[in-house]
Amino acid sequence: MNSPTMASTVVEAGQIDGSYLTDGFTIRSWLLTTDHKRIAVLYLASITMFFFIGGIAAALVRLNLIVPEGLLGSAEAYNRLFTMHGVVMVWFFLVPAVPVTLGNFLIPLMLGARDLAFPRLNLFSWYLFILGGAVTLWALFAGGVDTGWTFYTPLSTTYSKGHVVLAAVGIFIAGFSSIATGLNFIVSIHRLRAPGLTWYRMPVFLWSLYSLSVLLVLATPVLAITLLLVVLERIFHIGVFDPAIGGDPLLFQHLFWFYSHPAVYMMILPGFGVVSEIIPAFSRKRIFGYKFIVWASVSIAVISFFVWGHHMFVAGTSLYSAVLFSILSYLVAVPSAIKVFNWLGTMHKGYIRFDAPMLYALGFIGLFTIGGVTGLWVAALAADVHLTQTYFVVAHFHYIMVGGMVSAFFGGLHFWWSKITGRMYPEMWARVAALIMFIGFNLTFFPQFILGYLGMPRRYFSYAPEFQVLNVLSSAGATILAAAYLLPLAYLVWSLLYGEYAPANPWGATGLEWQTPSPPPTVNFIQTPLVTQGPYAYPPPETGRERHV
Amino acid sequence: MDLLLPAASSSASEVDHLLLALLLISGAVLVLVFALMFRYIVKYRASSGFDRGAVAQKTWILEGAWTVATLLVFFGLFIWGAELYVRLFQPPPGALKIYVIAKQWMWKVEHSGGQREINTLHLPVGRAIELVMTSEDVIHDFSVPAFRIKHDVLPDRYETLWFTVTRPGTYHLFCTQFCGLDHSKMVGAIVALTPPQFQAWLEQNGTAGTLEAEGKILFMRYGCSGCHGGNGNGGNQSESTVRAPPLTGLYGGPVPLSNGTVVIADERYIHDSIVLPDQQIVAGYAPIMPSFAGQIGEEDILKLVAYIKSLAPERPQ
Repeated sequence: MNSPTMASTVVEAGQIDGSYLTDGFTIRSWLLTTDHKRIAVLYLASITMFFFIGGIAAALVRLNLIVPEGLLGSAEAYNRLFTMHGVVMVWFFLVPAVPVTLGNFLIPLMLGARDLAFPRLNLFSWYLFILGGAVTLWALFAGGVDTGWTFYTPLSTTYSKGHVVLAAVGIFIAGFSSIATGLNFIVSIHRLRAPGLTWYRMPVFLWSLYSLSVLLVLATPVLAITLLLVVLERIFHIGVFDPAIGGDPLLFQHLFWFYSHPAVYMMILPGFGVVSEIIPAFSRKRIFGYKFIVWASVSIAVISFFVWGHHMFVAGTSLYSAVLFSILSYLVAVPSAIKVFNWLGTMHKGYIRFDAPMLYALGFIGLFTIGGVTGLWVAALAADVHLTQTYFVVAHFHYIMVGGMVSAFFGGLHFWWSKITGRMYPEMWARVAALIMFIGFNLTFFPQFILGYLGMPRRYFSYAPEFQVLNVLSSAGATILAAAYLLPLAYLVWSLLYGEYAPANPWGATGLEWQTPSPPPTVNFIQTPLVTQGPYAYPPPETGRERHV
Repeated sequence: MDLLLPAASSSASEVDHLLLALLLISGAVLVLVFALMFRYIVKYRASSGFDRGAVAQKTWILEGAWTVATLLVFFGLFIWGAELYVRLFQPPPGALKIYVIAKQWMWKVEHSGGQREINTLHLPVGRAIELVMTSEDVIHDFSVPAFRIKHDVLPDRYETLWFTVTRPGTYHLFCTQFCGLDHSKMVGAIVALTPPQFQAWLEQNGTAGTLEAEGKILFMRYGCSGCHGGNGNGGNQSESTVRAPPLTGLYGGPVPLSNGTVVIADERYIHDSIVLPDQQIVAGYAPIMPSFAGQIGEEDILKLVAYIKSLAPERPQ
């Protein structure tokens, strides 16, 4: 049953010895596991590595921009660094981060299931991810790619001297990992729901992951085909994109953004899901407008396929297509606005606590809203002409992806850390990190809005001297941000060894995942749970305070 | 540090008004969201004894209200941005044409009078300017922040950009589409002069012949005249077969194609007919013209186009 009182009964009835973490200690027991929880941990280690590789590249980019003439002294190195930053962060951190770690771990638990629908496919997709990541890293370290993460043609197919083919192959392979994961999630959510867990009793997190999975399955093949065409043109000189051999350079942009715009929503939808779990839990209140939040996610997934042209308002497409894509872009912003209001509505008349996950969630609302409203700027056609391809756009999408998505990821990681590891993280340090992250983030990226308005173009190794002050500010912010990212790495690792042991439900949260011990046994639930009510049935605060034990 | 960007074109202040409106609306939304958030944080913190009373169960009226409000505001912004964009896309009458050729990593400029510059563009204030732009290699982007204009420059295509400069001065020209190694060095200066100054500049720098005159020489050198005739009149009219369509009076007029459609012969059509002659075959002619892609640089194509444009319509004898 879906209530905290029932939770203790289930645990006691289980009489469980050990957990999924103690179910085998050999390397083989990890590398050949089909347990979704262990695979999630494997993924967590992998994406953490990619996050710090991408982060080091970003740090060097910001270091270079401290002086107008470029501190690194080499445009070639700089170009390869920002390409590396983009490629690694987009395909090996932002898109997979929440789904393959929290999603993998939590979907079966939230469904009341033993595992995902296809456990072996799940393990296989991790190997594909690692293989794709290894090939891409090989390309990046063997000399790198100098095209930017967008691989625009004919630069990438004809003129680039970097390892375009290798990087494209790596991303191509990792794409199949995404498709397999998406399929696995869709089938699991359709087939493995516990008795009584109807669609409208599912937590918003599951709805978000479901919408995301649809995007993964439908959009990723387009990216795969596009990259394949780039490789074919580069190796065999088949004229697809390069006009010198009969191709059309804009065709690439259409295909690329047909994937890459939905990809933006792949990154943020799981973030919406995480925040929609945290805010009710720390407001001790049912989520406001459950069905609106759920259907907002689904409509974002649908509309996001019809807005790719807004990346091409100055690219030389037709006037009419620009007008159409502009209005569609405004349309896709409506469901996001609805969500923000619903989260605020959830806090209204709640009993709000400020543990670290909630601080991250509040940071998410603030930063995502800034990213969202600046999206209105670049959706307005005449304004976009001035702002596109400048630092304004860089700031805008970092507010969504780093301010929004990474905050949500950290929020979710702290929220479910006890469930994953069986240990509590140090609360004070986590709050400090959340605060520093918020400050460092704004100091890094807010000046970039102004830089963009003043006209500083993206991807410039050296720049006009009048842009220096704002660039130095931004780089100073990046140092703070880097510290804020290293801090959780330190205290979370510390907590693995010295953290307090976690009870099954430290937050007094609803949701089936809290009804099994922390960390859960390999089989997740001893008895299949029975769900009799909707999510977020938070009891009044008098009885809901069993947390501080 | 100058936090205010000069507004030096006729559309710049209009774009700035739109940006200001966006700033105010964004500010209002952010104040609303942050104010509600902080109010709830204080008022509804777990330790506060504030009486919550009954919690609203029906949410759809509120949901409907903020959905409709958001839609209306967004729709207004859409109309504003789109109207301005569409208006800026309309070619102004009597514009001064200047040709821009981008290549890794420089801007080459050709004026109609044959004046050439690299990484600098002199132009007069107060007169509509039409830039005809193409690239010799990858995609570049012609961006002048002070004019609030930006447009991609594509290989094998002519893209046009219109604007009127309102204030004399020197402004940044940036390439804003990543184009390889020295992307950040592909910058230049736009020098806006008063009309008399501009005239003086043209005269000082007028060296070689005009674009048309150079185009005529190239027309002979590349063998175009062999089929299209020495004066572009379609060759020797006394021969029984005319191999190539006449080019006199071609520019700006309708051209019936072999697939039954009719196109207007603009600069892009003439350019493409030289580079990709088998794409659009003039009705009644065989597709025998070889492609000159890769054989003639974009600068020479510009001159040829200028020459073909200059060919006066045939006068009745």
